[in-house]
Amino acid sequence: MTTADSEPKIRVAGLEKSYKALEVLRGVEFEVARGTIFALLGSNGAGKTTIIKILCTLLRADSGTAGVNGFDVATQAARVRESISLTGQFAAVDDILTGRENLVLVARLRHLAGSGAIADGLLERFAMTEAGGRRVSTYSGGMRRRLDIAMSLIGHPSVIFLDEPTAGLDPQGRIEVWEAVRELAEGGTTVLLTTQYLDEAEHLADRIAILHEGRIVVNGTLAELKKLLPPAKVEYVEKQPTLEDVFLALVGKDARK
Amino acid sequence: MNHFFGDTGVLLGRSLRHITRSLDTIITTALMPIAIMLLFVYVLGGSISTGSGSYVNYLLPGILLITIASGISYTGFRLFGDMESGIFERFHSMPIARSAVLWAHVLTSLVANAISLVVVVGIALLMGFRSGAGPLAWLAVAGILALFTLALTWMAVIPGLTAHTADGASAFAYPLILLPFISSAFVPTESMPGPVRAFAENQPVTSIVDAIRALLAQEPVGADIGVALAWCVGALVVAYACAMVAYRRKTS
Repeated sequence: MTTADSEPKIRVAGLEKSYKALEVLRGVEFEVARGTIFALLGSNGAGKTTIIKILCTLLRADSGTAGVNGFDVATQAARVRESISLTGQFAAVDDILTGRENLVLVARLRHLAGSGAIADGLLERFAMTEAGGRRVSTYSGGMRRRLDIAMSLIGHPSVIFLDEPTAGLDPQGRIEVWEAVRELAEGGTTVLLTTQYLDEAEHLADRIAILHEGRIVVNGTLAELKKLLPPAKVEYVEKQPTLEDVFLALVGKDARK
Repeated sequence: MNHFFGDTGVLLGRSLRHITRSLDTIITTALMPIAIMLLFVYVLGGSISTGSGSYVNYLLPGILLITIASGISYTGFRLFGDMESGIFERFHSMPIARSAVLWAHVLTSLVANAISLVVVVGIALLMGFRSGAGPLAWLAVAGILALFTLALTWMAVIPGLTAHTADGASAFAYPLILLPFISSAFVPTESMPGPVRAFAENQPVTSIVDAIRALLAQEPVGADIGVALAWCVGALVVAYACAMVAYRRKTS
């Protein structure tokens, strides 16, 4: 590794991108430190996915620079691809293959030895050993997402991009994804995730940036963002269980399947 | 490019599994040409005069081209599925030889069409098709069919990459399926009225059909084979170039 650990893993400066007349990104700037979770918040169409696509070398920026793991996405695309994994907006899994075959496929495309053992290890880690032999078309939404994330972990990429990883998941599935993401960051992986759910950013992210009208309007820790508003008033409110608490208490961990 | 062959092999294995696990696509691909063959041989064939020889022998080359034209629509469909599901982007964000993604689909199309063609020839044999052609002539026929499949497959890649719906990705094949009907595939062109005959005699299917028919009947192929190969190679080059333009638009 040529970059020191203190170097940011992701560095974006002056990023601009238009689709014909529509300006999507108008000078986006941010950095993500190694081993942290960075959440990009924004409403639909804010340009979150465009940023992810540029960082994953799927799309070229009109101007500005973007670097991942010390490599420039425009001039060193192949090195960037060796450093990253993408979990896109829709679980990009092969429906006709089994879960295990999906994992083996990715391991072989990453040119790793022992693809079968890698697949079995991940199935166990994600509690999907039993489902591994079934075709993915029989999986639930949550299972597809978990398989999708498991596929992204193959080859231990140092940066993982998660584009709306919990969109369309039930509360149980969301918590499972959150746990997986936290584990990754603890293991030293840098995570950039996009989300529309404010609580998701609140729960997971070390830093949060809000993308609005093509620019990052704020970027900081949750505590820093909260300081932007006048200090909170202290009020006494009876603590009612949230619907989520009720749902999880009733359905419990058994919903995991 | 150092991983091109390995990556293509892995992705080819994936697409071939799609085919073996949904054999119905190969059956439906072969079903329509077989139905047309039955219809023409047993219903219409009696009143079609093609000179000497059995009508199945006359008809088969055109039926084989229809088989390919209907088979490649599934290539467009499968590619569209990959674009839609996001797996195409997943592959592209990985450290692989990117061109392997398209080539795997193209090679899969060759394999799937070869299986369909074997099925159709098998049915033709049951219907009385006979050929005394030697291995070299059969090899030449296989070569022409492979080249034709390759050209049409690269054509199918274009809607596969650019279509907005699954129907759009496969609908482009219909005109290609109709092309053999306005050629020497079913009736000799001499019976057609002037302008239709001019079109039929100068469109690619006629030269390809005539070349294959001559090879199977152990007759001299003459200039037909040159014209047939020129059409196939020309179509292949144009289709490949257009597919590459569509591909670059989609990935930059």
